[in-house]
Amino acid sequence: MLAGLARVFLCQPGTTLEFGTKDVKMSELAQLEEKILADIAGADSEQAIESVRVAALGKKGTISEKLKTLGAMTPEERQVMGPAINGLKSRIGDAIGSRKQALHELAIDKRLASETVDITLPVRPSPLEAGRIHPISQVVDEITAIFSDMGFSIAEGPDIESDYYNFTALNFPEGHPAREMHDTFFFGPDAAGERKLLRTHTSPVQIHTMEKQSPPIRIVIPGKTYRCDSDPTHTPMFHQLEGLVVDKSANVANLKWVLQEFCKAFFEVPSLNMRFRPSYFPFTEPSLELDIQCDRSGSEVRFGQGDSWMEILGCGMVNPNILRNVGLDPDIYQGFAWGIGIDRLAMLKYGMPDLRAFFDADVRWLRHYGFRPLDMPTLFAGLTA
Amino acid sequence: MKFTLSWLKDHLDTNASLEEIINALNMIGLEVEEVDDKSAFEPFVIARVLTAEQHPDADRLRVLSVDTGSGDPVQVVCGAPNARAGLIGAFAPVGTYVPGIDLTLAVGKIRGVESFGMMCSERELQMSDEHDGIIDLDDLDLPLGSSFAAHAGLDDPVIEIGLTPNRPDCTGVHGIARDLAAYGLGALKDKATAPVGGEGPCPVGVSLDFGETQPLCLGFALRMVRGVDNGPSPVWLQQRLTAIGLRPINRLVDITNYITFDRGRPLHVFDAGKVAGDLVVRRGRQGESVLALDGRDYEVNDAICVISDDKGVESIAGIIGGEHTGCDAETTDVLIESALWDPMNIARTGRDLGVITDARYRFERGVDPAYMAEGMELATQMVLELCGGTPTQPIIVNDQPPQKKQVTFPVSEVQRLTGTNVPHDEAFDILRRLGFIPQGDGGTVDVTVPTWRPDIDGKADLVEEIMRIHGVNMIEPQPLPRDALINGRILTTLQIRTRSVKRALAGRGMMEAVNWSFISGEQAELFGGGDETLMLANPIAADMSHMRPSLLPGLVAAAQRNADRGHGDLALFEVSDIYRDDTRDGQHRVAAGIRRGSAQLQGTGRHWNGSADSAGVFDAKADALAALEACGAPVGRVQIEAGAPGWYHPGRSGVIKLGPKLVLGTFGEFHPRTLDSMSVSGPICGFEIDINAVPEPKRKATRTKTPLELSRFQAVERDFAFVVDRSVPAVDIVRAVQAAEKKLIVRVNVFDLFEGPSLGEDKKSVAVEVEIQPVERTLTDADLEAIAGRVVDNVGQKTGGVLRG
Repeated sequence: MLAGLARVFLCQPGTTLEFGTKDVKMSELAQLEEKILADIAGADSEQAIESVRVAALGKKGTISEKLKTLGAMTPEERQVMGPAINGLKSRIGDAIGSRKQALHELAIDKRLASETVDITLPVRPSPLEAGRIHPISQVVDEITAIFSDMGFSIAEGPDIESDYYNFTALNFPEGHPAREMHDTFFFGPDAAGERKLLRTHTSPVQIHTMEKQSPPIRIVIPGKTYRCDSDPTHTPMFHQLEGLVVDKSANVANLKWVLQEFCKAFFEVPSLNMRFRPSYFPFTEPSLELDIQCDRSGSEVRFGQGDSWMEILGCGMVNPNILRNVGLDPDIYQGFAWGIGIDRLAMLKYGMPDLRAFFDADVRWLRHYGFRPLDMPTLFAGLTA
Repeated sequence: MKFTLSWLKDHLDTNASLEEIINALNMIGLEVEEVDDKSAFEPFVIARVLTAEQHPDADRLRVLSVDTGSGDPVQVVCGAPNARAGLIGAFAPVGTYVPGIDLTLAVGKIRGVESFGMMCSERELQMSDEHDGIIDLDDLDLPLGSSFAAHAGLDDPVIEIGLTPNRPDCTGVHGIARDLAAYGLGALKDKATAPVGGEGPCPVGVSLDFGETQPLCLGFALRMVRGVDNGPSPVWLQQRLTAIGLRPINRLVDITNYITFDRGRPLHVFDAGKVAGDLVVRRGRQGESVLALDGRDYEVNDAICVISDDKGVESIAGIIGGEHTGCDAETTDVLIESALWDPMNIARTGRDLGVITDARYRFERGVDPAYMAEGMELATQMVLELCGGTPTQPIIVNDQPPQKKQVTFPVSEVQRLTGTNVPHDEAFDILRRLGFIPQGDGGTVDVTVPTWRPDIDGKADLVEEIMRIHGVNMIEPQPLPRDALINGRILTTLQIRTRSVKRALAGRGMMEAVNWSFISGEQAELFGGGDETLMLANPIAADMSHMRPSLLPGLVAAAQRNADRGHGDLALFEVSDIYRDDTRDGQHRVAAGIRRGSAQLQGTGRHWNGSADSAGVFDAKADALAALEACGAPVGRVQIEAGAPGWYHPGRSGVIKLGPKLVLGTFGEFHPRTLDSMSVSGPICGFEIDINAVPEPKRKATRTKTPLELSRFQAVERDFAFVVDRSVPAVDIVRAVQAAEKKLIVRVNVFDLFEGPSLGEDKKSVAVEVEIQPVERTLTDADLEAIAGRVVDNVGQKTGGVLRG
């Protein structure tokens, strides 16, 4: 209203009350400033201060209207009023700005106060915390990490085998007592009278591999194996890791080195006394068994110390008959192989007392003995986190 | 194979200690499984009862004063009726473990009288079952305080070795002594037996009658000794047999058992008085049977070799003798048999009849063919010594010297196979000490194999002999050099996927189970299997008879086991193999998982900030897709269709396909009837994906990724809500939206689903947000209107959907 009047008044052309008009105008400005400053002081929210800003500095605001009058003024008048109005504009702008900032801070404080929660309330656990990898998978990954570093690749084969691959090709003669050491699960005879069986060891994969691939060969073979045997230390299904090296020079000394490096890496000890003993397996000649040094005096078995021995695997030079069975000349090619129980390795390293619990899927056992999903064994980060 | 230290020393002249012998046995491949050094018997001493007074407060007890050979007499309260002054017996002081009563002695107070030890009975020392009185020794001159065990022969350490099947020569103590001597632990004693001779021919004849069939008997020696006295064996023999776990029976039987363990040579004795006519060695006949010495009746057949007389089968050859012609205290004339049997046939017969004997154990491994006649001579000699009598001349059928095996042996093989050099002289010396005969000079020799080593076939076997006697510990480990020719991939795609999917599912809060590969036939059938070719002929339990056609039954059963233990909210997975048939290709690597109760991805159980919904079909679907993603499957291109197998809820399950035919997996809640059949309670959902079915990734020539092309123009989002029939799958709407503008619509997402009476009967509203990405220029309002129009038109055409007003 006041702005409207001023405009009408200022727009009267041919006014002669030059001097007096200027004074009037100046006092109007002072009044305006006083009023706006009061409005600013009275604004109690960011919204209110914005209204004050629009009313004063908006397109049609009081100060903006004053500025528009400058065009119609005489140069002399403009010389006085221009700086006066612009000075007002600038002061009001500053005042609004700082009031606005203060109100904004106030609003934030108010919001913060209203938004405070009880941060001790629990959140949902990460699925990563609930999930578990079975110790068998973990140990297979550990073994894979170690042997891949030595240039071995991983081979696999079928669980259901023929007699040929499980026994005959591996130099278990028909009717030999060594066959009876393996309590074999058989399937019914087929039309030709042949009975398939569940492999009693991972060794058939040696034959499959050597039939397909010519030397040099360096593989490890993890997998499920089966024997009809069930007591506290035997389960009808268990896991083995077979190793096979065939080339033109691999010998017992190399075998000892590979297994020594493996045991040190797997049990994560800097040194480990080992004892190789002669033994017998149909598929190796000479054959050996490996004992590792351990301390059984405490409640848990510790490796790399103490004066007890624990048998952990069987091994030996690939029997020449096996090389012949896959068409390799044993006078040119030679190699070694070993077999080790994965479940037993896991028990020895991580201290599970009962093999049967591996296959019970009891969530309490899995939570306790299982591994976290991101604990991927690597040589660079250490096998065990 | 068990033996005692003194028994070993009968064959081995050695000063080695028990510990050295045990170590040596291990290092030459005769693994020591158990040693009883008998130190438990050390505290028992010979003592004399000085006085025996009536207990003041008990009729049946006496208070003894015992001279234990050291210090003051000891007061012992004793209940034995034979306790008396002057008795010499076995005293156990306080602190002694008494094996027969499994008790460690403490100072006792019996009816007010203190007792400081015990006078022992034979049962308390596990010498016999005798417990009527305390041990009462005849020999009054025994030094008091000396070891009772030494006096009674209880101090002879017992060693048990786990014999590998290739070493029949070490089924006898003599063979073990030979190996130890070769290793340098002493000298092998000459235990050859000279022929005994005899008077007159053996009155019982022997013939081998195999007709045209393969002979199962390779040789047979027989002799009669007349006028024997077959009482109990002398103490030394009884003690040795007892020490290795055999029960002494009578002299004749004990002699055969002794020689079985002493020389690895099983023998049999017939009571000649009970044999009718001559002996015929032949195949059994259908319908024949024999009552064996173990009290069991065995039916024989033509695959089984028997020894018969005029009355029928008297013995199962090489395995077990017949009760009818067995020797007992009444026996006066004995027939001693030493024969040679076909090892394969013995093994099969033993297995078929289910009988394990010390004779079978040796014959199936292969006894020394050259020792057949000598074994009979040794037995005769022992019979004459222990039972008296007069021997006849022996009958020996097929007395041909066994064929000696020869191996051509380049000594360089030792270096080639072991990586260690053993000097030629040492190598030959080792072979000689083991009974081999190397002949020839220089690098390659002909080696004659001793008759007791049927396991030696070739060069590698000789390397093993030299290596184990030279010492495996002498071989220094040598690094296995990297082979430049081996430069392939370490893991196959399948192995990589197997590892990834395990970590991915565990990362979704699931726990990895490892279940049996075999399940019950009933469960196999429930889950699409049950084929007879996958049924085990000899399962270990009735509910572990069929190779599993799916991982789900194992997981569902495991969930219930956990629920029964009070852990009903759980998520399990397994990544392993299933079996569609018995071929290699029938074995598939699959990943499967289940969620039971409230075990959802975001957590299990109630929570203040959310509800505890049951895991359902969409949890299973998310798991399945996550598993496929981890396997590298193109999850963006799969189709989800109804029609999952019958073990799923028909309305809450689906099939994941790639293309029209390739099934990658299934998911859903389980069919209530399936759960009922398995006695499992829900809610429970699961999935199974076939890792083998996921296509191999294409081999790329370069690892470079395709260039990233980013639009300069801002993407625009528009929302649409369509009302469609309730049966219209949401995916059809999504596809119709996408198809309306293939180039510019880059994302379609269902963000709301609504069903209610306001929409009309059997209608639902599906709301989608659509992202439109301009490529060449900013889109005008008119452009966007045009696209929206095409979207609405296409959805209407394809699904009958109309824009919700």
